[in-house]
This record gives sequence, C-alpha cells and structure tokens, in this order.
Amino acid sequence: MRRVFVFLRHHRTAAYVSVCAAVLALTAPSARGAEQPPIRIGVLASESGTAAAAGHDMVTAWKLYWAEHGERVDGRRIESTFYDTGSNPARALTVARQAVEQDHVQMIVGPYLANEGLAVAPYAIQHKIPFLEPTVSADDLTQRKANPYVIRVAGWTSSQPTHPAGDWAYDKGYRTVVTIADAYAFGYENVGGFNQTFTARGGKVLKQIWAPLGNTDYSPYLSQIEAAKPDAVFVEMVGADAVHFLQQWHAFGLKDKIPLIANETTTDQSNIRTLPADVVDGIVSFGHFAEGRDAAATQEFDTNFAAKTGKLPSYMAAAFFTAAQWIDSAMLKVHGNVEDTDAFLAAVRSVRLADSAFGPMKLDTYNNPVENVYVRRVETVSGPLAKYGKTWNVVVKAYPNVSQFWNLAPQEYLKQPVYSPTFQGVKAP
Amino acid sequence: MTGRPWSNVAIIGALLLLAIAIPRLGLPAFYVSLLTQTWIYGILAMSLDLLVGFTGLVSFMQAAFFGIGAYVVAIAATRYHFTDFWLTLLIAILVAAVTAAAFAALALRAEDVGFIIITLALNEIIWGLAYQWVSMSGGDNGITGFLRVDVGPFHTTGNAGFYYLSLTALIVCLTLLTLIVRSPFGLVLVGARERPRRMAALGYNVWLFRYLALIVAAMFAAVAGVLFAYYNEFVGPGSLSLDTTVQILIMVILGGTGTLIGPLLGAGILVFLSNALSDITQRWVLILGAVYVVTVMYAPDGIVGLVKQLAARARSRHALAPAAGSMPSAALNPREGPER
Repeated sequence: MRRVFVFLRHHRTAAYVSVCAAVLALTAPSARGAEQPPIRIGVLASESGTAAAAGHDMVTAWKLYWAEHGERVDGRRIESTFYDTGSNPARALTVARQAVEQDHVQMIVGPYLANEGLAVAPYAIQHKIPFLEPTVSADDLTQRKANPYVIRVAGWTSSQPTHPAGDWAYDKGYRTVVTIADAYAFGYENVGGFNQTFTARGGKVLKQIWAPLGNTDYSPYLSQIEAAKPDAVFVEMVGADAVHFLQQWHAFGLKDKIPLIANETTTDQSNIRTLPADVVDGIVSFGHFAEGRDAAATQEFDTNFAAKTGKLPSYMAAAFFTAAQWIDSAMLKVHGNVEDTDAFLAAVRSVRLADSAFGPMKLDTYNNPVENVYVRRVETVSGPLAKYGKTWNVVVKAYPNVSQFWNLAPQEYLKQPVYSPTFQGVKAP
Repeated sequence: MTGRPWSNVAIIGALLLLAIAIPRLGLPAFYVSLLTQTWIYGILAMSLDLLVGFTGLVSFMQAAFFGIGAYVVAIAATRYHFTDFWLTLLIAILVAAVTAAAFAALALRAEDVGFIIITLALNEIIWGLAYQWVSMSGGDNGITGFLRVDVGPFHTTGNAGFYYLSLTALIVCLTLLTLIVRSPFGLVLVGARERPRRMAALGYNVWLFRYLALIVAAMFAAVAGVLFAYYNEFVGPGSLSLDTTVQILIMVILGGTGTLIGPLLGAGILVFLSNALSDITQRWVLILGAVYVVTVMYAPDGIVGLVKQLAARARSRHALAPAAGSMPSAALNPREGPER
C-alpha cells in the first residue's frame, strides 16, 4: 500500500493517465468473431421503478415465446438483450443509446410506458432502427406522428378500446356519465375515446374527474360521483390506483348502486389478482385482451404462462409474447436478413396473425393493429386454470376488427387534436 | 493542495487532454454519450455544491432550475419555433434567475429543516406545472420534436460534437464557479456558513449573500438543463422531480461537498455505475443504495475527502522527521486546507 502512495506521489500525472487508460481498455468491448452473426434485439422493459411488475411480466412472456419456438430464424441465432428503463423516460433514452451505439441491436422492442416510448421514438427514427412497440399506447405515435420506423406490433392506441365503449354505453341505455381517471396522458386519451363516441350518440358527460397518479384515497371523488347521480361511471386507472379505486368503490357500496364501465387497465389481471372476488366480480370493462377468452390461442398462452409463473397473464405479458410471435414471422419472411431494414419493416407490416392471444391482428396503414375489442366481465376462473387465479376477464361480446380511428376515415379523424384535458372529443351541441 | 502547484497544473492538463482525446479513441459511441451526461450532470452537481458545500444551504429545489432550463429549450423550439442557441440559453438563465429570486426570498425565511421543506415544496410547484399544464408542457408525456442545434464550431448532431460542446460548457462553468468561491464573495459565503453571527457583526448582510448564492446556483443549473434538453432532444417532468433532486444531492455528497471537482466525480460515478450495474443485475438500485450508505459512513467527506485523507496519512508515515507524529488534524479536514 505504502509503495503505491509513494508511486502516486512521485508520478502522479503518469499514474492518473494510466489508471484512466486502464479503465477505458477494460470497459471497451472485445471484438466479436462469429461468421454468422446473431440477430440482435434490444428489449426495453421497466424492470425497476414504478412499473417494475409490468416489466417483469413483459420479460417473462418474451422469454417464454423464444423458449417455446427456439431462438433461431433460418439457422440464424436470435440474441435478446434486456435493458432496464427504470420506468423513467430519460433513462429509457439512455439505454436505447446503449442498445444501438454499444450493442448494435437491429431493432428495439418496448419500452412499457407511453412517456418512455415518446422519448425513445425520435431517437430510433433518427438512427433508422425499427422501433416495435407492444404496449406503448400514446395515440399520436401512430396518428399525428406516425413514422415508418415506428410499428405497434401486437399493440394498441389508448383510445382504441374505449371508442366502442362509448357506443356500447349509449346502446345500453345510459344517457349520463361521470368519468374518473388518472391525470396523465393515458387517462386523457383513454377517456377521450369514450367521451367522443358517447356524446356523438347524444349521451351527456356530467362531470370529469382527474385524480393524481398515485392517489390512494378516492372517497372525496366517490361522494362527488354519488352527488352527480349519473346513469353510469366510466373509470380509467392503472396499477395500484386501480386496486385502491376498486376496493373503495366496493367499500362505499357503489358497486351495487351505479353501473361501472371500466377501461382495460383497471381490471387487468395484474390488478384483479390482488383483490377478493366479491370486490371485482361482474365488473364490465373494454380491452383488446381478455385472458378468459375462450379460444385456443389465448388458452394455450394462459396455460404456458401460468405453468411458468404460477399466475394468469396480464395484457402486458400477452403483448410481449404476441410481439415475439409477430417479429418471428416477419424475420422468417426475410430469411433472417434483418440488415435490409426496409425489407424487414415491410415484412413486419405485412404480417397477419390469423389468431393470437389477442385474437386476429393486422396493421393499418399508420402501423397500428386493427384488432378485436372485447366487452369483458370479471368472473371466477373456471376450468383447469382455476388453480392459478381467483378471477379473470371473460368475453361478453367482441367488436371485430376495430381500427384506431373507430368508424371515421383517418384523414377526418386526424383533423381533431389528440385527446387532452381540454379536448375530450366532445362536440359542441 | 500541497506546495507544488506545477504538479496540479500537470494533472489538470493531462486530464483535459484525455477528455479531449476520448471521442477519438475509437470507443463505442455510447461511452462518449455517458461522458457527455457526466459533464452535464457535473455542472448541475457543482451548482448544488455552491449551496451545500460553500454556503451551507441544503437546497432541494435545484432540480427545478435544471428543469426550467430544459423546458425553456423545448417550449421555445416547439411552441414558438425559436431555435437560436445563445438566445435560448440566455432566456433560460434569466427565467431561472427570476424564479430563483422569488423562491429564494421565500425559502430564506426559514433555516435548516424549514429551509429544506420549503425548497422541497417549491420544487414540487415547478414539477406540478410541468406535469399538469399539459397544453404548455406536454404533461407526463413531456415534449419531443425539437433537435440539437449547431453551436459555433460544434456540429452537435454527432456524438462527438455534442460531447465537446458539453465539455466546453463544463470547463467554463467549473472555472467560473472556482473564481466565485475564491472571490471575496465566496469567502463571505463560507464565513457565513461557519460563523453567521460573527459575519453579521462584521457588517456583512448574511441574508443577501445567501440570497445571491441561490440565484447564482440556479443560473448554473439552468445551463445544465439547457444542455440536457438538447442532449436528449426530449424533456419530461422527470427531469425536475424529487428523484433528480435526490440524485444530484447524492452526487455532491458522494464526491465530496465544498470541493466542486468532487461533485463532478460523483456525477461520473453515478452515471457510469448505474449503467454498469443495471447491465449486470436487476437489483442495481439496491447495490447503488449500499454504495451511498458505505460512502456516508466511511467517507463522510466524499471521495475527494477520502483521497485527501489517505494522501495525508501516507505523507505523514513517509516523512522521516519526528514532526510527522504531530501532523495537525486540520490537514485531515479538507475544508480548512487552502486558505489563501
């Protein structure tokens, strides 16, 4: 030790420089030397931070697909590298840089959150890296900001499943609603979709409540809702917010009093699996995934996912599994030659899934899937999967082939701004 | 440091040459990216060090000024199609300074814990604006759709160009901050930190000096924010959240308060460690936490403090003169080192 300090004292400059050089030499990657290089896929998932649970589901489902189907396309190995976004857009951007600039991935799959996706998209576009998004639902990424490099494989837009919901609610006889949602982009867009179709038919939105993300006490809002006496309530909540909301909705006795129409995330399996059956039983919701859908593709995915993890899958898990399936078919079409980016992107766009965990899927010209939207109801799990969960979402009715533009022409739809607290799709009377 | 200024100059010169050479060493562009981040966070951490280390004010609102700098760039470019770098920088610094002038007046009504709480609350106000004022700030989604702009000789679209721009900004800020802390102004700040009553008795308006320090620090934070916005070509409310506040405070403490160079070192460690660790394990946040705890327990003066301490100990052992035994304890305290 002492000698080191003596050395340091006498040769400080040299020592500093050599230490720095050594660090640099150690951190530089060694040359790779395989004749047939693997296809490198960068998977961005939130493995830490607020969305860690979702990130974990996504990674598990992604690995599940490749474990089932073999990590090879036309003899070429597929190498998935996982990057933790920390549920933070700036960090998502940093790891995207790492994936592209250090690890030279040929495509990016993920991330999870809308704000992460919006942050990474411009970077991927600039570097001409296919940016494949199974869960990022920010409307504009395939609408006003659509780009050839951004494709929602097995994805959705925030307002896609809620357009039918507004229409359905009116048909059901509801004429007035109160909406309650998380005060952030996903909430604004999700609820906007509902409001637009509900009011287009002649329904009336009595009140819109925006609750801060991470809120735990909904009682003040619940009394506002009760006072407004609506025919029904539309709710959008994510994660722990959904759990708190559903608990309190039940505890305040509103569950049997006011019909509740939930969005996809509120009754997602990741939330209802933590709640007692009587709290969630019978709640109707709208989503592009229903783990209780009685179809071979969904049941097979449920069974394999449950066998591996001991629980039923969330929509995030289904999205990453199906994305892997989608990308696998596209890679097969170009015989593993993903280096030809244009041909690969064309192949991704041309994939048609006759059936998947979600149902049939194909892309529209804006790179968003045209897919089924399900009217779902929470029921007790039956059949062989009953040991893996208490309740699940079963299909009551399916709206087949729903476009992100609902029944409007894209050009017409895109004339309106993206949904926000100030624009909720409500036409002035 | 020791009485051999030429060796300090040599070290600084060598490090500077190394910093300049890095983009040309053929490293993956990603490392250049991470170093760029280090320079930017370095400026931010140094700005906080002016408060925590020299003025003795543990401010929790430094992230707000960082965010203000970043949002000025994004809002100017996307809402007003205004992309001149120098004017944007100037506006960002001014907006931060004006905000700081108002905030500091409120915060300085309290001391110690009260000061921390007020600054924390003020930071949350700016965060709330960024999060809720969707039509202006883009809310939770933040703002994208603006690009880096070339600045003088720096072609910033390339990694190397932006690296040099950030490095230049860092050197300018480090020089300015060094001049400030060594100026009579800086010495009054340190004096007011150690002996506020005596300084007041000597006729210094302690309140005013602290007030000015808060404004100056905010201006440097805004510079870092402007660079951060261009670097990411994206701005979101996360940049001014409590997370960022805590992160820069950790950088300062990890590197060593009251040293300027220490917080820069802390920034580098945090940026590189978090990336290296997250490559290895999902539990990287936990390991990072352990590193902080160990640092605070065994090197309360940060890494720079620890290095100085070890160097001083080695020197005293090495010295043959009996005087070595009576090494003054002052030499172990980095704060009382260079009084010139």
